[in-house]
Amino acid sequence: MGTTRKAQLLQGNQACSLAALEAGVRFYAGYPITPSTEIAEFMARELPKIGGKFIQMEDELAGMGAVVGASLTGVKALTATSGPGFSLKQENIGFAAMAEIPCVIVNVQRMGPSTGGPTAPAQGDLMQARWGTHGDHPVIALSPASVLEAYTLTIKAVNFSEKFRVPVIFLMDEVIGHMREKVVLPDRDELEIVERKRPTVSPEEYKPYAADESGIPAMADFGQGYRWHVTGLNHDQTGNPTGKTAVLEKELSRLFHKLEPYREEITLYQTFQVEDAEYLLISFGCSARSSLAAVEILRKQGIKAGLLQLQTIWPFPDQVIKEFTTDKKGVFVVEMNAGQLCLEVQRTMQNRKLLNSITKINGELFTPQEIVNKVKEAVNNA
Amino acid sequence: MAVVFERPKSLKETKFHYCPGCHHGIIHRLVAEVIDELKLQEKTIAILPVGCAVLGYEYFDVDCIEAAHGRAPAVATGVKRCRPETFVFTYQGDGDLASIGTAEIIHAAARGENISVIYVNNAIYGMTGGQMAPTTLLGQKTTTSPQGRKAELTGYPLRVCEMLATLQGVTYLERTSVHDPKHVRKTKKAIKEAFQVQLAGKGFALVEVLSACPTNWRMSPERALDFVKNQMINYYPLGVFKSLEEVE
Repeated sequence: MGTTRKAQLLQGNQACSLAALEAGVRFYAGYPITPSTEIAEFMARELPKIGGKFIQMEDELAGMGAVVGASLTGVKALTATSGPGFSLKQENIGFAAMAEIPCVIVNVQRMGPSTGGPTAPAQGDLMQARWGTHGDHPVIALSPASVLEAYTLTIKAVNFSEKFRVPVIFLMDEVIGHMREKVVLPDRDELEIVERKRPTVSPEEYKPYAADESGIPAMADFGQGYRWHVTGLNHDQTGNPTGKTAVLEKELSRLFHKLEPYREEITLYQTFQVEDAEYLLISFGCSARSSLAAVEILRKQGIKAGLLQLQTIWPFPDQVIKEFTTDKKGVFVVEMNAGQLCLEVQRTMQNRKLLNSITKINGELFTPQEIVNKVKEAVNNA
Repeated sequence: MAVVFERPKSLKETKFHYCPGCHHGIIHRLVAEVIDELKLQEKTIAILPVGCAVLGYEYFDVDCIEAAHGRAPAVATGVKRCRPETFVFTYQGDGDLASIGTAEIIHAAARGENISVIYVNNAIYGMTGGQMAPTTLLGQKTTTSPQGRKAELTGYPLRVCEMLATLQGVTYLERTSVHDPKHVRKTKKAIKEAFQVQLAGKGFALVEVLSACPTNWRMSPERALDFVKNQMINYYPLGVFKSLEEVE
């Protein structure tokens, strides 16, 4: 292994943008919003140079609509936004989930609710990433905790979205988006780039929502002779609207459960000093960085702590949580919201009495010491 | 000695945070002067945008509501319909009003809502750091039109007054500028006219004020004034597009 690429100083939003191009994204449509705007600015500069298309749309809804349209023509498409824009994009995210249109939505989280704090970090869009749009639908959400991960996980995000025909939410946060770090990017030939499955049958035989054993139907590019119908309405395997309950039961069930066979592939995480850990911290994004520093301090003070950093948030990694929380004396979920991740961990854990929630919602990044204090308090009271 | 010039009562004793050469300060002051002159301070509800003027609540000494991005005319509609005795104005930039809030402004105008709109057009997104606006001129460089705005990629700048003039619900429309004292005075007159339309219960009025954004235009304040005078007015002609007499 190793890489021949040179070390560089990169901003998280920049790394995400670079990775998107590397992963084959050639269409960007969006609307300026802090703290994600650098991604749009990067795309405005760079996409035209490589034959891609950039367009600033009139609003967030239209940005998402254009991404849907672009993806239907077979072009990998991405948009970036932040909380208020993410709320507006939900209509077309639902459409993409329903019509199984690959696309990546980068949400550089800022404080909410509503306009909140445009330049202040938060991680409050966790549940919105899962259930922001109405109805039962599949979705993937990944969250990077470093500039390097903003790069590697953006590539994963694009790949997952193409492979599984699903919108992927890339949950960054203001810290990761705006932070600059020294990174050495992986060699290009080490990167796996996935292309969506195209039909191998003739246009006459093609059914856009007929899945083989993979559960993921092949997708024809619009404008290439395959005539198929795309709708947000309930539809059958031809893509045409239907109200037949037996058909809907089957098709909506496939849609909702289509990621399940791939849970292991989709579930990404990092662990730090978990092998002998008695106390486990679970975190993601910017909070995971403070948590990691907290683990090091706790270790020095004789408390055997470890960190489980979730990179995949949705589908929720139940198995991983179960595996790493077993036999622990205490579990601490560290997040910059009012406890959204903790709820999911609680649902998954066997012994909930061991669970502690460490939250912060004032727009200021956790200091490691704050986490250390909370952990020690619980350890001493146990 | 007689006092001939002082801070309007409707402006707080707060220094403007706006960049050197920005025109929000002038326009804020004109709005406040008119509120004072028409004795509206105690019944005024300002609906502020998302954009640089999001901080208007720091300066206007009236009741302020900060709407979500682009939604000020919709929020103003709710306020005015429930409290018709209040004086309601929105203060919006070009991104807020002519991009993300296009639907809201067109339909508030079409309904003939009895509200007043101050629309500040500086042809760029200020608060997010200089992206292309719907009113960015062709050829103008922004961070999302780094080669200069091209019609074949992004179409043409939106002329809001001309567009709204086609709507029956609109009572008063004027485009002004604040690049020199003469035009500052004209702008004040237009704002007063627009506010009086609402006071008379005559429906929707909007004043578009061309203004400079030296910081994001990457120009000195002086050059920015020239840009307004020579470039913007060229594309966005000043004048009254609709007035009360026409409607009556």
